[in-house]
Amino acid sequence: MIVAGCDVGSLTSKAVLMKDGRMLESHVIKSKARPWESAEVVMGEVLKRAGISRSDVGYCVATGYGRSKIEFADEAVSEIACHGKGARWLLPTARTVIDIGGQDCKALRLDARGDMEKFITNDKCASGTGRFLEVMAGVLGLALEEMGGMSARASNPITLASACTVWAQADVIQQVNDRVPVEDIAAGINNAMASRMAVLVNNIGLERDVCMTGGVAKNDGVVSALEKLLGIRIKRIRRSDPQIAGAIGAALFAAEKATGGRL
Amino acid sequence: MITAGCDIGSLTAKAVILRDGKIIGSEVIRAVRSPEDSANRVMEAALSAAGISLDDIEYCVGTGYGRKHIPFVNAVESEIACHARGAVWQVPSARTVVDIGGQDAKAIKVSAEGDVLRYVYNDKCASGTGRFLEIIADALEIPLEKMGEISGKSTERLTLSNQCVVFAETEIISLVNEGKETADIINALHHAVAGRAASLARGIVVEGDVVMTGGVARNEGMFSALAAALGVELLSVENPQINGAIGAALFALQALKGSSLGDEEKQTEGERVMA
Repeated sequence: MIVAGCDVGSLTSKAVLMKDGRMLESHVIKSKARPWESAEVVMGEVLKRAGISRSDVGYCVATGYGRSKIEFADEAVSEIACHGKGARWLLPTARTVIDIGGQDCKALRLDARGDMEKFITNDKCASGTGRFLEVMAGVLGLALEEMGGMSARASNPITLASACTVWAQADVIQQVNDRVPVEDIAAGINNAMASRMAVLVNNIGLERDVCMTGGVAKNDGVVSALEKLLGIRIKRIRRSDPQIAGAIGAALFAAEKATGGRL
Repeated sequence: MITAGCDIGSLTAKAVILRDGKIIGSEVIRAVRSPEDSANRVMEAALSAAGISLDDIEYCVGTGYGRKHIPFVNAVESEIACHARGAVWQVPSARTVVDIGGQDAKAIKVSAEGDVLRYVYNDKCASGTGRFLEIIADALEIPLEKMGEISGKSTERLTLSNQCVVFAETEIISLVNEGKETADIINALHHAVAGRAASLARGIVVEGDVVMTGGVARNEGMFSALAAALGVELLSVENPQINGAIGAALFALQALKGSSLGDEEKQTEGERVMA
């Protein structure tokens, strides 16, 4: 049976099609103004790419902040649960998952079977979320994807005095005006992201292996700064795009539900 | 005796000149990049308002985040101590001072003599500070000074669900797109900022007469929102924005009268309560 997972986030929306535990197709779009529009577009596109129609999908689970507003989904499952499950599929040895979303960030600790032991989320403060990086990339005139590579080229990373996005933005503007090299500023921003993540991870207690999901997992600067702070190696996800972990988890829940397994 | 207080804040610089304990000149200017320049400019303006020259100042105390860079001061004093001293001078019955500045917020419990007993302070998060209002004023293209007046026309009570300035800005833009009235949005903003400042203030027990100081107190919408959030009858001071500078000038007067100032940290030895 073909199942689907749809993760509607604040910045991007993702859809995944799976069959018998294998991924058939996935797709990521920039989110639209309304969550149901995002869901329609991303699901339409993933079905088109797979060459199937909606009636071929046996069960669909939605997740993400817009999950309750997606009409075609059979069920909505929390982001925490989906991210944990998706991360385990991407990296079966994962025990600690750090997920940075567009407007939130979370750290999860799983037991040896992959069940949730403990988690912590922040969606109250933009600091440490994708939004922080987005604001700072905007000030530096860089694309979000360019931020990660800057750390490796930095010779003297700046230290941001404040974690608050508003104060840090003022700080970064000042550094730009002082003609500090953009690599050094970007590296300082990546380091600031990493230190917020380290606080979350230390709060739940680290268990190996550790992996990162969400779009920021593709930012090498943040990942390697976090490795330094935690003093461990973060396992890189290679099986698929770390950004679609939540949608993968949703599709895996859909498969369990459709086959009468545990949910 | 002529004394002066100079308060170099992050957004504005203030100077006050006292002759025998009465204000004879004061000025508020927008801070420039260099605190030295801000200090020189604002003091020059206050001196000219008082019709005197710098040489006439017998003692000057500096305060504010730029206090260490003011060229002409005899001593410096912490903002907390100056706000406490200034508030009790302006409203003698004041026992709690809530100050919302451009980049910070503080709540201070004070003695009848204007000494600091306890205080809480936030400069870590922009929410609950004047910066929140400024960012939204920019986003809505409204002059900061007009926000109080505009919020007075509010007819629908809206609530912002986000505390973070960054997220709230997005929320406010969606409210604009939904066709919500600007007056209602600004009113909701005032209540959000006041709510944050009030929860900070609850870190010290709010009791006795409560006054609001800082430039934000001039915004009547913020003033009534803070009163509502604290659940008290808030007293206004005549000169909220120059309160810290008044306090500094009073410390200058105290120094002239012979009681030594002691070191700067000692003046705020009231206990800091972590927010």
